Order: sequence, then structure tokens, then C-alpha cells
Amino acid sequence: MAVLQMQRIYICGLKKERKQILEEIQRSGVVEIGEMMQDNNVFVKTDVSSAASSLKKNVVTAKEAVLILDAYIQKKSSMLSMLKGRIPISEKTYDDFYAKHENISRISNRISLIPKQIAELKAEILKLQAQKEILAPWVSLDIPLNYKGTKHTSAFAGTLPNKWSYDMIYSLLAEFMPVDVKIISSSKEQTCIFTLCGKHRSGEVYDALRNAGFSYINASVDNSPAARVKEIENQIAAAEKEISDLENEIGSYASRRDDILFLQDFDTMREEKYDVINHIMQSKNAIVITGYIPVKSREALEKKLKEKYKVAVEYEQTSENEDVPILLENKRFIRPLEGTVEAFSPPGKGEVDPTAAISVFYYLLFGLMLSDALYGAIIVIACLAGLLKYKRSLESNIKNTLIMYLFCGISTVFWGVMFGSYFGDLIDIVSKTFFTKMVTIPPLWFFPIKEPIRMLAFSMLVGVIHIYFALGMRLYQCIKRKDYKAIIYDVLFWYMLLTGGILKLLSLQMITGILGLSSALPASVGNIAGIFAIIASIGIIMTNGRESKNLFKRFLKGLYALYGITGYLSDILSYTRLLALGLATGVICSVVNQIAVMVSGSFGIPLNILVFIIICIFGHLLNIAISVLGAYVHTTRLQYVEFFGKFYQGGGRKFKPFSVKTKYYKFMEE
Amino acid sequence: MDSYGIVFALAGAISAALFGGLGSARAVGMGGEAAAGVITEDPSKFGKVLILQLLPGTQGIYGLLVAFITLSQIGVLGGSGDVSFVKGLLYFLSCMPAAVVLYFSAIRQARASIASIAVVAKKPESFGKAMMFSAMVETYAILALLISILAITGVGSINI
Repeated sequence: MAVLQMQRIYICGLKKERKQILEEIQRSGVVEIGEMMQDNNVFVKTDVSSAASSLKKNVVTAKEAVLILDAYIQKKSSMLSMLKGRIPISEKTYDDFYAKHENISRISNRISLIPKQIAELKAEILKLQAQKEILAPWVSLDIPLNYKGTKHTSAFAGTLPNKWSYDMIYSLLAEFMPVDVKIISSSKEQTCIFTLCGKHRSGEVYDALRNAGFSYINASVDNSPAARVKEIENQIAAAEKEISDLENEIGSYASRRDDILFLQDFDTMREEKYDVINHIMQSKNAIVITGYIPVKSREALEKKLKEKYKVAVEYEQTSENEDVPILLENKRFIRPLEGTVEAFSPPGKGEVDPTAAISVFYYLLFGLMLSDALYGAIIVIACLAGLLKYKRSLESNIKNTLIMYLFCGISTVFWGVMFGSYFGDLIDIVSKTFFTKMVTIPPLWFFPIKEPIRMLAFSMLVGVIHIYFALGMRLYQCIKRKDYKAIIYDVLFWYMLLTGGILKLLSLQMITGILGLSSALPASVGNIAGIFAIIASIGIIMTNGRESKNLFKRFLKGLYALYGITGYLSDILSYTRLLALGLATGVICSVVNQIAVMVSGSFGIPLNILVFIIICIFGHLLNIAISVLGAYVHTTRLQYVEFFGKFYQGGGRKFKPFSVKTKYYKFMEE
Repeated sequence: MDSYGIVFALAGAISAALFGGLGSARAVGMGGEAAAGVITEDPSKFGKVLILQLLPGTQGIYGLLVAFITLSQIGVLGGSGDVSFVKGLLYFLSCMPAAVVLYFSAIRQARASIASIAVVAKKPESFGKAMMFSAMVETYAILALLISILAITGVGSINI
């Protein structure tokens, strides 16, 4: 349980070694860069944000390129791939990439452009196909569609709505003979005709036709429709060829996928480096890098830097009012819960790291909420399998999650055995249905579903212990701050009040009756406890408003603080969710088992066992998923609200080191 | 008259499952709409928004739970089915906290979830905090569930 001590670090080096020094610091990942010097005559900051933004663009393009590649070559990625972690590479591979960088970045650019070209070509094909469709009824006409006639004749090529026969058209044009009509094609919707008449009557013929709904065809084609259709088909074929060429081009880059992934990481790293360059001080020949470093990491970094480069390193204690970043360090059993603490807020000034305090309770409460031995066993096996199989390659955050669930699972097994739950009542049901004799594994302690009140009392007892522990943490913090008044006023009085109140309640017949306890405490104990509680209340009223000078105000504030006892009451009641969620898991288990029995009952002998097993597997997997989500959410809530509420505010700033934040590759440990 | 006892008891069981299910269905649906919007921008947030969407789904399960316990207590799932009129009414009332609170808490929790989904869309690192807002609402569903279960098991052991 520790917040690591931080110091300021000043690294002074030569400008010509800037790149190497920064990369070294980046790989070590233990320094948070911060500005601690003002601009002066010698040292100034340089703005390289334009370089950084072009790198950012590279990263985005590379991401796109990989997505495009994956879509075309259909790369399989399994759920388990995230367990494999990043691929380790050597520093040399990294340095060698500078030479390849330009080429790969060109390829990734090219790939990202191809889908647009393909889309344009596809649009072109659609357009051509539409044209072809318009021309389709006209292919048997062997003169151009925009043919207007000869010196003495006029021609009309166009469509009439609906179906027309020669008789109908000729009778329409009877008075303008001689007219030559040819029906090129006809369908229900339209009739395509070609009409030739003497030039002097062209106006009248056109009017007559137009009254019948004639319209010119909407395509100006200089050669015959058949030839034009042929031409369009050629164009479509060419476009299709181009598309397949482009797709092949993408396919040809498939072997570059890893390089492009590396490019993404490479430029992400460089981008971060450029961000840092914005913050470091530079003179003509020298640079100064300033930041925070955990004291325990400073020697290793200094040694590494001094071995390779000409640098001077200095340290400085941080001052009282400085906004120092917070880095937590804990033992393996506890470490997974650092994330839970940081998700709330890292410890603020003068606060202790609560990770260790919440860890034991986290595992305990999680197990109580899930409380099924076999569910726990499944979680334990899954986590162990993940941890052992991918021992070397696991990323630390996933490893921590697995470790956390491993311990949660162990606790679940423990409580499952205590409460006699193995896939709910699966064993009873199976033995009753398939072996006629009912077998029950007795719980080590009791069945919560049969004695819910006992479980309710136990849940609240867990709550009382948790809250007492939280007050203990407040006590510890007061001692660390040497705030001895607060120990008495803010902690001991509350301990007295709570203990007195609880004992008084337990001496009442009514309360013990509700909780199903065998006998109440003797009345004398209750009376003494009551007196203690009253003394503590008076103490709280007198002291808890002590920051006010005004006596009346102080009294009111004290009263208000005493009113906080209702908060404690609701906090303790809040732990009844342990009962509710534990019951929920158990009852859904028995619902699943019951359904399995009912459904399988309607099948014959070998089939019913199969059906039973299938329903059980499916139902219990679903229940595990839902119950684990519930247990996780509500365990976290109990920690954040009920536990942290008593002593922990947070408000610290998380340590954000200048480091390698890659997705696919990492540097080998030396 | 006593033959109507089981009708009331069953009505209670059904309404717990009914309103819990209705509430959760609406709530998860609302969450799904918001979550789908986030996915269009950034598919990598799928896991996080899915959890937020699912949070108000528990009410439906709690409803099922209350219904199941009631059904097994009154002997609808194999048993005598012998429930007196008063007892039937008592079962009905015992189911009411679940039926009413589950429905409304699901809807309210969904609205908190949607707000949290919006938080995750902009700041994925605040997922833990955002989730808490939605989880707070569920407390009341759990309390209602608890009182319903205690009442139902309690009524079972009364001799009326």
C-alpha cells in the first residue's frame, strides 16, 4: 500500500543526441514530462506541433489501410488474440524501420485511397448500365437515334406510352400520309417507334404524335443504338477490369500488413516524442528535459543514460503545494484493484493509498454476491488457463484483470461451499430425476434460500465490519496527519455511537425477533450502550462543527453532523444487496435446472439426458454472465459509496509517463 | 371463496414478471439505441457501451425471480396449489413492490445509462465512474426485490 514518492528530474544533454536521449527515456517509461523552467535568453521551447500533426495523420491513414486490407483479405482474428499481447521487437528493428518508413507510409497512403477509386468506378458502371437499359429497346434500329431526316423528309425516333399496334398508329396519322412508321419494340409500358414523313408536314405529324403522348428518346447517340450498346459494354468491361486490378493491388499489399501495423506504432511513438519536444528547453547546442520521476526508478534511468550519452542528471524534492502526479505500487494480490481506485480518483494530498484496504473486501463481497461453488470454479479455471497459457505475452492490464477475477473466483468457490450451492440445486435435481434417490450436498454453513433472514443479518454484519474498517482507515489517516483532535472527534465518537447504537438495538426484543437471533442482549447492557451512544452524540454535536468560530453555528453544524447517523443506517442497509444478489444467482440457477427437467421430461431415455445437458450449459452460461456483471457492478458500488464515503476523497492526478504506447509491438526486455 | 386465493397469488407472480420484463425490455431498448449511435463512430467501444446498455436489464431477471419464488411457493410448479383467499391476497401484495419499482427503476436506470453512454463516447477512460451513476438507480430495484422475497417467503410460513 503505497503512493510512490516522486522527485523532480532535470536531464541536460546535447542537442545532437536529442532523438536518442528522448527515445531512451520513452522506452524506460518512468518520467512524466512537465515544464519546470521559464523561457530565458539561452533556453527556449521550439514548436514542432506541425510535425506531430503530420505523424498523427500518418497513424490515422495506417489504421484505415489496415482496416481496408483486413476487409479484402478477410483476416481471421479470434477473441483469444487479445490474450496474446503485443509482439516484442528489438531496438534494432525499430531503428532499421527509419529506412523503410517512407516506402511503407507511401503504401499505406495508396491503400487508403483505393476504396474511393473503386467506389467511383462502381458509380460509373451504374451510370453506363442505366444508359444501356435506355438503349435496349432500340438495338434493332440501324440508324442513329438523333437522325433528323433527309433534305425532304423528317424523322422522329421516340416512345409512345403503353402498347401500340401499326393499325393504331397509322389511323392516328392517316390524314398526313404518306408516312412511314416502324415499331422498333413494344411492351406494356411503352412503344418505341421510328416515323418518317415529308418535311412539309413534319410539324403536323409531330403535333399529332405528341397529342398521343409521344416523346423523343432522351439519348443523343451519333451511331446506331446497337453500336452504342456495344461501346457501353466495352466501357463497363474496362471499368470492371480496373476494379479487379485495384482489388488485386490491395491483395498484393497483404504481405505488408505487419509493416503497416508497425508504421502505426512507430508513428504513434514519434508523435508522442514530438509532443514532448514541445515542452523541453533547447539552446543552440543543449537541451534540458524536466519532469517527475518515481524515486525508486531514478538510478536505473540515470545509469542507462550516462552509459550511452553525454548527460547531466539532477533531482529536486517536490514542494508542498506542487501538483505532483500519483503512482501507486502494490503487491500482486492487491495490484489488480489499483485500477478500481484510479477509476474513482487517485489519492489526493495527504491521503493513503486505499488499494490494499479495498482488496480483501472486494474479493469477499464479490464472492458473497455470486456465491456458487461451480460458477466460481469455472471462473478460476478460465483465469488460470489464460494466465498460464499466455504467461509471457499477457499485457499487464489484462493480466491484472485475470488475477483479480482469479481471486474473486476463489472467494466465490468458498462462499458457494459455505452456502451449499453447486450450479444451484443441480445435484439434487439430477439425482432426483435420473437416479431416483435425492442427494443433497449439505452446506458448510446454511442455505440462504431456506433462511433468508439469517443471511440478511449476516449481510448487515458484513456491512458493519466494512464500515468499521472504513472508520479505521480514517483513523489511520488522522494518525498519519498527526491530527489528534480528529481522532477523538471524527473517529472515536463515531465508533462509540455506532457500537452503542447497535448494542442498544440488539438488546431490544423486537429487533432480535426480526433478525431471528435466539435471545436479546440483557437490558443492562442495552442501557449502558445507550448511555455511551448519548455521550458520543453530545460529543459529536459539540465538536463536529469546530471549524466555525460562532458558537451557535458550531452547534448547528454539530447537529447536522449527528444527522449523518442516518447515512450510516442506510449504508448498512445497503449491504442487504449481498442477500438479494446471492439469492438472485441461486434462484436463477434453480429456474434453469427446473426448466431443463421439465423440457427433458418429454423426451425418451438417451435423448432426455442430452437435452438436459444442453439447456443446463446454455442457461448457466447466461446466468454466469449476468451474475458476474451484477456482482462486479455492486461490489464496486459498495466500495465507492459506502466504503470510500467514510474516509477517501481522491482528487490526485495520475502519473502519466512519457512512454511507448503502442498497440501491436513492444520493445523486448533487455 | 378460498378457491380464488391462488388466482390472486398467480396475478401477483405474473405482474412481477410482467412489469419487470416490460421495464427492462424498454430500458435495454433505449440503451441499445444510444449504444448503436456510439458504435457508428467508434466500434472499439462496443464492450463498454454494451455493459451500460445491459445494466437496466437486471430488473427483468428480478421480476422473473419473484414470479418463480411465488409460483413454487403456491404450488403451481408441482404441488398442491392449495392457497387460502387471504394468503392469496397476501402473496399478491408481496409481489407489488417488485412489480411497481422494477418497472420504473428500469426506465430511470436506462436514462442514467444513456447519459453514461454519452460520457463513454467522449471519455472512454471515465467508464468506471459513468457506470456508477446507472448502478445507483439499481439499488432501489434491489431493495424492492429484497422486500418482495422476504414477504413471499414470510407469507409462506404463516398459517391462515
